[in-house]
Amino acid sequence: MSDGDVVLETSRLKIGYPSKKGSDSVVAEDLSLSLRRGELVCLIGPNGAGKSTLIRSLAGLDDPLAGLIELNGRDASLMSPKERARLTSVVLTDSTPSGMFTAYSLVALGRHPHTRWTGRLREEDRERIEWALRVVGAEDLAARQVGELSDGERQKVMIARALAQEASILILDEPTAFVDLPRRVELMRILGDLAHRVGIAVLLSSHDLELSLRCADTLWIMNSVGEIEVGAPEDLALSGKIGSVFASDKIDWDSEQGGFRLRRETTRFARVVGDCEVSLWTRRALARMGYVIRSEGDVSLSVTFDDREGDVIWNVAFLEGERNFRTLDAMVTWIKRRLLKENPPKKSDR
Amino acid sequence: MFVEGRYVLSFAVLAFVTLIVLVASVCLGSALIPFREVVGSLFGAGEIDPVISGIVLDFRLPRALTALLAGAALAASGLMMQTVFRNPLADPFVLGVNSGASLGVAVVLLLLAPSGVALTQNLQFSGHLLIVLAATGGAAAVLAVLLVLAQRVDVMSLLILGLMISYGIGSLVSILMFYSMAERLQSFFSWSFGNFGNMTWSQFRVFAPVVLLGLAALFPLFKILDAFLLGERYAKSMGVKVKSARILILGSASLLAGVVTGFCGPIGFLGIAAPHFCRFLFKTAEHRILVPASMLVGGLVALMADLIAKAPGLESTLPLNAVTALIGAPVIMAALLRQRNLRKVFG
Repeated sequence: MSDGDVVLETSRLKIGYPSKKGSDSVVAEDLSLSLRRGELVCLIGPNGAGKSTLIRSLAGLDDPLAGLIELNGRDASLMSPKERARLTSVVLTDSTPSGMFTAYSLVALGRHPHTRWTGRLREEDRERIEWALRVVGAEDLAARQVGELSDGERQKVMIARALAQEASILILDEPTAFVDLPRRVELMRILGDLAHRVGIAVLLSSHDLELSLRCADTLWIMNSVGEIEVGAPEDLALSGKIGSVFASDKIDWDSEQGGFRLRRETTRFARVVGDCEVSLWTRRALARMGYVIRSEGDVSLSVTFDDREGDVIWNVAFLEGERNFRTLDAMVTWIKRRLLKENPPKKSDR
Repeated sequence: MFVEGRYVLSFAVLAFVTLIVLVASVCLGSALIPFREVVGSLFGAGEIDPVISGIVLDFRLPRALTALLAGAALAASGLMMQTVFRNPLADPFVLGVNSGASLGVAVVLLLLAPSGVALTQNLQFSGHLLIVLAATGGAAAVLAVLLVLAQRVDVMSLLILGLMISYGIGSLVSILMFYSMAERLQSFFSWSFGNFGNMTWSQFRVFAPVVLLGLAALFPLFKILDAFLLGERYAKSMGVKVKSARILILGSASLLAGVVTGFCGPIGFLGIAAPHFCRFLFKTAEHRILVPASMLVGGLVALMADLIAKAPGLESTLPLNAVTALIGAPVIMAALLRQRNLRKVFG
């Protein structure tokens, strides 16, 4: 991409909280980041890394401690609030008023930097509001009271409000935080479309690493001391950067599965025969019990199954014999009981 | 957007009811004055008893107009406080403006009284003006402190600071009252009950322009107030200069409340009840509707409260503050029960 597409660029940016006693508490420093038109960027990192501080600084809500933020090549600190509002719009985690507010009038607030002091909406304002509602798929919600909306619907309306502001940069702080998984995927699709089809630069912070890995064009991974790695999600996964930021003594990054798994001290091994949907979930059930699945070598359990048009029967072979089960739940319950018999809990555990 | 017509109708009905109550308020009092004679006194038409025309022109008319303006000012002020603090129970006095005023009055009535201020319940003109100045001065002093604080702290801290200032000043007033004689307390109490009836035309000529100016100053703020509904951070992201806007809004709200308190005493509940009634009536949070509606409803409720306080046909009168509370508290309760969760109005 050419440099002409860069809409936001920081150089030597230092963020944090100023203190009157002279020693500012610095969250991150020496940040050189850039956002391009048509790009969906996800900012991820462990809790407390400073994602929200960075989001607020880039959105112009908190002043940076030092360094430069350039919007369309111009120093943002020299812009009037109104000028900045025409370039950057935000969706925050702040609670929204829900009483006596229709979704339409909430979205209409986004026209603020464009209307005159009376706030009267002109034809072009109404067109933009309706466009914003349509783009996020909320046109049916226009006449509804905001208080009656579900979390997912309200978040769509808040995104529409930001879009009505007609800015080229959209910055969102944890937009998927209170939303269930299907709605989360839908919101990410909407934001991706906004970047790719409408050509807005979208930056969002998220806790949801797996979804960010799937949707983002670029990841900003912030570690716990405020250093940021930038790259395509796949590159960062392959190079092990994601693992090094998020992994801990309890969790391992599994680069083959593209996800995390709990680390357990284990010497239990199991084998699952087959490579289909049933075997996938069988493996997950065994992994949950602390078994490591392997196809060669000694195993204490060997699971096969027989799929008769959806009626699955699992067969578990073990040292002393074998057993059949009609559900995974029955299998798991039996294995649990067996493990308990092998290793009765010590008194000190009680 | 679909309901502009309904707004116009509601405004027309409200304005008409207000006009009727205004006329009734001039006609009714300790003595009934027929409508025909009221019109005669106002426009100098027909043969009107000079005593009656004097009552209408010098007492009832300024009193009714004062109620109208004071109610409008308190309601608009309450609405602005609720929006800026995003708190449905914020009222014009939440920042301690009325405690400042009451300290001013307490100092005049309880401390300085021996040096010449008349102690009778019906204070002479100079004495009454002194009280107005003391109350307005006290309110202005608290306001000045708050506006300085407003530049340094966030809005929730400011709300708590205001409450603490209120408590602090309240206890100073209590101490003054504790060491005061009963007859001086009596005049302090009669101020603290609130009264629209002490207004003379010469005072009204000061009161009315200040209030009208304060109300007119709100009209350019509608858009900014709307943005404040989403909270200060969103307001900032939409291009509002938050700190100066906050100072402007709180300043004009406190000025309105302070002036009314100075002239009429601390009048509670109007500032909370009128905006809630309007939200409930107009089903909107937009200030271009709510501010004018609150002014109208505030004026209307103040007129009705004053009418009840005058207790037409009875010998005695009721304390105005008790009447506004009796009208205001049920309105707030109804709004609360209707919406079940009033807190969520502001998120």
